[in-house]
Amino acid sequence: MSSRTTLIVGLVGLVAVIGLTFVLDPYRNYQLATIAAYLCVVAGLTMLTGVNGQLSLGHAALAACGAYCYAFTANGLAEQEVTGPVLLILPILAAVAGAAVLGLIVGLAAARLHGPYLAGVTLALVLALPAITSRFSDVFNGDQGLYISVERRPEFLAGRGGTEMFQAWVAIACAALVVILLRNLMKGNFGRQMRAVRDNEVAAAIAGVNVARTKVIAFTVSSAAAGAGGAVLAFMTQSASPGAFSLVFSLFLLMAAVIGGIGTLYGALWGSILLVVLPDAIGSLTKSLSLSPEVAQRLDGNLAVGLFGAIMVLVVIVAPLGIQGLLRKGRLKMQSRGTPQSVPVPK
Amino acid sequence: MAAHDTGPASAPRLALRDITVKFGGLTALDSVSVEVPVGSVVGIMGPNGAGKTTLFNVVCGVYKPTSGTMSVDGTEVRPRAHRLTKHGIARTLQGLGLFGGQPVLENVVAGLQSSTRHTFLEELFSLPRAAREEREKKERAMATLASLGIEKYAAALPDTLPYAIRKKVSIARALVSEPSLLLLDEPAGGLGHDEIEELGELIRSIPGRDCSVVLVEHHVDLVMSVCDSIAVLDFGKLIATGTPAEVSANPAVTEAYLGVDAA
Ligand SMILES: Nc1ncnc2c1ncn2[C@@H]1O[C@H](COP(=O)(O)OP(=O)(O)OP(=O)(O)O)[C@@H](O)[C@H]1O
Ligand SMILES: [Mg+2]
Repeated sequence: MSSRTTLIVGLVGLVAVIGLTFVLDPYRNYQLATIAAYLCVVAGLTMLTGVNGQLSLGHAALAACGAYCYAFTANGLAEQEVTGPVLLILPILAAVAGAAVLGLIVGLAAARLHGPYLAGVTLALVLALPAITSRFSDVFNGDQGLYISVERRPEFLAGRGGTEMFQAWVAIACAALVVILLRNLMKGNFGRQMRAVRDNEVAAAIAGVNVARTKVIAFTVSSAAAGAGGAVLAFMTQSASPGAFSLVFSLFLLMAAVIGGIGTLYGALWGSILLVVLPDAIGSLTKSLSLSPEVAQRLDGNLAVGLFGAIMVLVVIVAPLGIQGLLRKGRLKMQSRGTPQSVPVPK
Repeated sequence: MAAHDTGPASAPRLALRDITVKFGGLTALDSVSVEVPVGSVVGIMGPNGAGKTTLFNVVCGVYKPTSGTMSVDGTEVRPRAHRLTKHGIARTLQGLGLFGGQPVLENVVAGLQSSTRHTFLEELFSLPRAAREEREKKERAMATLASLGIEKYAAALPDTLPYAIRKKVSIARALVSEPSLLLLDEPAGGLGHDEIEELGELIRSIPGRDCSVVLVEHHVDLVMSVCDSIAVLDFGKLIATGTPAEVSANPAVTEAYLGVDAA
């Protein structure tokens, strides 16, 4: 797609989604906000893993870092009786910066590691999270986590959609910004460097790409995006706790990126939507089966994991480029049916 | 006086002195010295495992030599791979070494890293200079593809192309930065007779681009026909240097290499 088409599609999409917040009920608006929050994280992850070839199982921990940075900053500001947009924007910026710093540190280690070793380090990161929050319980308040004073919805919204609508707006704004900035990087020379490093490190270096630097920057940027997602989640739930950023969540994020179409921002969007919609659909399904409450509860959590895993395996086998890959193929087929092929077909 | 002039004008484009590379107990290069005069095509021959690629990896900073020095235009340098193109050195890899996931044009544009002027932040916010440079790079890459007669494949993925075209793409990626020293690692590998002939013409034309060439190649006819001078490696040792005629008359070479080849 040309830059202009992308711009138009993006703008139309943005306006449509914001329009949607006016008609959705609070619960759906909350889901919409959740999709946007996930999108921040998954977009960062898909760039790191799909475009740069660095596998991270630890993006939940980077999002958690963002959430805690948000919590500390927001609570600090609230204590100073700061209100208004500052109480919203400053904590988000702190979350992005905090996650970026953690990402930089992990990225420096990651730049020397490949495949399973890198996955191991990032895995350790998520696994360490609950240990850290309970070890330094006076700071992080253990498993229970932190309560956050957040900026309330503006007065003029009181009568309309209320809190959830405001949450959706904040989340959508963050996601839009993250996606636009990541897109700029992926389209430009940095994107080329990331792909070159992914495809062939020696050839990349010889072409003039600083391989280690590219990997570290990619990890840092990806972490910053995850931090933004964590901040939005913290803002929505008014809390930051280790349970919200578990290993399972980390795996869900990766599966969302793969199922949506690894390495593409559209794919990150499809994956994030699935991540919210699918568990919800499973919930309604188990409810409609009128099972005993015990069984239903057990199914609720595990069924989603199982189903996601199954879908991912299926995707890897039949459509390695995910949902976005299928959509693209469909579009190209439609185009080639209408007009004669313009791309030169080599013999 | 002119004969003793050591200024940059007369200094060789590339001079390797007493390069030794050891991998544990294995001596891949043993005190090898090679000079590449400005505007010349220097061939490096030797049987499999002789150390030819290792020599390129030393020049490119992929391997650090155990001992020995390297100078470019009379100035000693300690190369680092990603700064190579800044020294005006470009290289093709043995095999292809292309970025398989990306179209031909992107592969060639990737060779223009050293001419990037815009900063990371300019790119993050998509400022005009970043976009303009991207356009200019694509134009330069297209021009290079055109000069090799493969511009019509710009949008194709390398894997979908015939091997000979892919080889040319890898050469285009090296030439696009307008290097003054080009290192070719077995460019004829996998090519047919006519294609090798065409490659020979291309290599002969490169000094016309103000670029010296080092050619690592097994294909004896090609090396003999395009090189001004030849160095022969065997088990990491330099066993002969000289003009093609001198080298092919050298008994040590016939024994170590040509003999093997003829058998
Ligand atoms: N990274 C490495 N670690 C250990 N040994 C190596 C390494 N790179 C090369 N070698 C060894 O050094 C020797 C020279 O290898 P090199 O690749 O330079 O040979 P070559 O002359 O390019 O051979 P070919 O014609 O097969 O390409 C070989 O014995 C090889 O196994
Ligand atoms: Mg070799």
